[in-house]
Amino acid sequence: MAIKAMNVNPKRFDRNQLKFYLILVPMAVFMLLPVVYIFSQSLKPLDELFMFPPRFLVQKPTFKNFTDLFRAASSTGVPMMRYLVNSVIVTVIAITLTLLITTMTAYALSKKEFKLKKFLFSVNQTALMFVAIAVAIPRYLIIDTIGLNDTFIVHILPYLAMPVGLFLVKQFIDQVPDELVEAAKVDGAGDWHIIMKIIIPLIKPALATVAILTFQMIWNSTESSNLYIITETKKTFSFYLTTLTANQAVSIAGAGMAAAAGLIMFLPNLIIFVIMQSRVMDTMSHSGIK
Amino acid sequence: MQTTLNKQNVGDYERISKRRDKISTFLLLLPYVLLFSTFIIIPILVSGALSFSYFNLIEAPRLADLFGFYNYVILVTQDENFLRYVIPNTIKYSFIVGPGGYILSFIMAWMLSQIQATPRKWISLAMYTPSMVGGVFITVVWRTMFSGDTSGYINAILLSNDIIDEAIQFLQDPAYLLNIMILVSLWSSMGIGFLAMLAGLLNVDKTLYEAALVDGIKNRFQEIIYITIPQMKPQMLFGAVMAIVGAFNSGYIGVALSGQNPTPQYSGQLIINHMEDFGFIRYEMGYAAAISVVLLLIVFMFSRVAYALFGDKG
Repeated sequence: MAIKAMNVNPKRFDRNQLKFYLILVPMAVFMLLPVVYIFSQSLKPLDELFMFPPRFLVQKPTFKNFTDLFRAASSTGVPMMRYLVNSVIVTVIAITLTLLITTMTAYALSKKEFKLKKFLFSVNQTALMFVAIAVAIPRYLIIDTIGLNDTFIVHILPYLAMPVGLFLVKQFIDQVPDELVEAAKVDGAGDWHIIMKIIIPLIKPALATVAILTFQMIWNSTESSNLYIITETKKTFSFYLTTLTANQAVSIAGAGMAAAAGLIMFLPNLIIFVIMQSRVMDTMSHSGIK
Repeated sequence: MQTTLNKQNVGDYERISKRRDKISTFLLLLPYVLLFSTFIIIPILVSGALSFSYFNLIEAPRLADLFGFYNYVILVTQDENFLRYVIPNTIKYSFIVGPGGYILSFIMAWMLSQIQATPRKWISLAMYTPSMVGGVFITVVWRTMFSGDTSGYINAILLSNDIIDEAIQFLQDPAYLLNIMILVSLWSSMGIGFLAMLAGLLNVDKTLYEAALVDGIKNRFQEIIYITIPQMKPQMLFGAVMAIVGAFNSGYIGVALSGQNPTPQYSGQLIINHMEDFGFIRYEMGYAAAISVVLLLIVFMFSRVAYALFGDKG
């Protein structure tokens, strides 16, 4: 026999796995370098930031960049905390609403019978390939027309309908046996009750995944602050960060602060993903498009 | 309604509960359908309509010349930058980052599926991490890496090893910008599609591999082509669509890295940057809309290829 059968998800280590580690580990290190770099950069004192040749790792770590950042205010006088609080509020509301709307729709698409069911699902599946940035202009015109410009909800509303999220949750609800829903109906439970008491507890992995995707999209987004918001106090933290990086070439002290801010942007992403990783993988095994 | 129920008429009762069910379904769907239409469907339609118009945000839009096709005609005959730089750049970038990143993701996922669970968890976390950092982080980190002044790491390494004599302006030099954009995009390309493929690989029935050996599979490559991929087609398709969308969505990075739009000598100009240049800088909305329609068509074509390869009908 020329080869052994592919050993998927092996229980123990054997020498055949070495070749994979030889490629995977350097690759993982390469992927993580920029992350290590931003940690190190954010802890560097001023003289180390501009040392030549630059050193990758910090020698004398300091939190000065962070304290500077927290004391800093934008050129218009808005304190940094204001942007951060805005971002937190926007993200929390957006995640809550996305989860709710996505679950309601996915439940209807999975467990209800209605005329346009197939059509709606296939439209949503086509929308998976929707590139939002391509329609930035008409979106702007529409938001302007309905008067959402410069309101706080413009950070949230345009992003609530999330085709990927709906797709993943619907695939997951398909796994919930119809009999369970039918039994609840016989007992007199309404749709709302079924969603809250039966569906949501069973699809937590999918919801965790959608929550992460929403978080990444909203928390990192600068689009809404850039295009739709005029009032400085309504803008978000990621936008404030772009103003720091834009000034980086001009102001020397900005580099350390930008790195500190970049780290603050990035860390919540990482922490949430690490906590939810196994749930995400669970969702992904039902992610296939048939 | 109360009186009908009191009659204990089963037929009536069923009719009412059916109607109730319909109303309930309608209410469940309403928020998503409304938001989906307002922010996804209508913008696409408006884009299509505007592309046939002349519109500068000040005057009302009017039908463009040549029966409305003026913008498209100019785009493919007169727009030198579009034809000479934007199209070749976009083709090179999207082919390497789209299919290239996709194949890379698959290979990494395939290797990961053959090691033990605990190291797999940590290595896949490392690979997924770049895709969650977002545009701002990319700008902070990669701009300093490739910076042309003394804080640039790549230059410092090259200079101190006497490989070069003076610093290279990586982000302003047309010879480098597009390649750096491709590198950075590949770096952040292992996102949700990568995770889906990894999950798919782990779910392939193990006995199939053993059966295939008996049937005369000779090497790993045959195993992948005849067993693995057909078994995880749905995840392959999901991964492909995510890779395509990811490639086009990260098209802003040329502008983010070089700090200007248009990018230096149009060297990193992708179709998205060209659209924003005309839309948000020159306010030629009709023309920008025509560019965005071309972009949506390109994405759609790429996805069709993916569906043909991995879809059920293909």
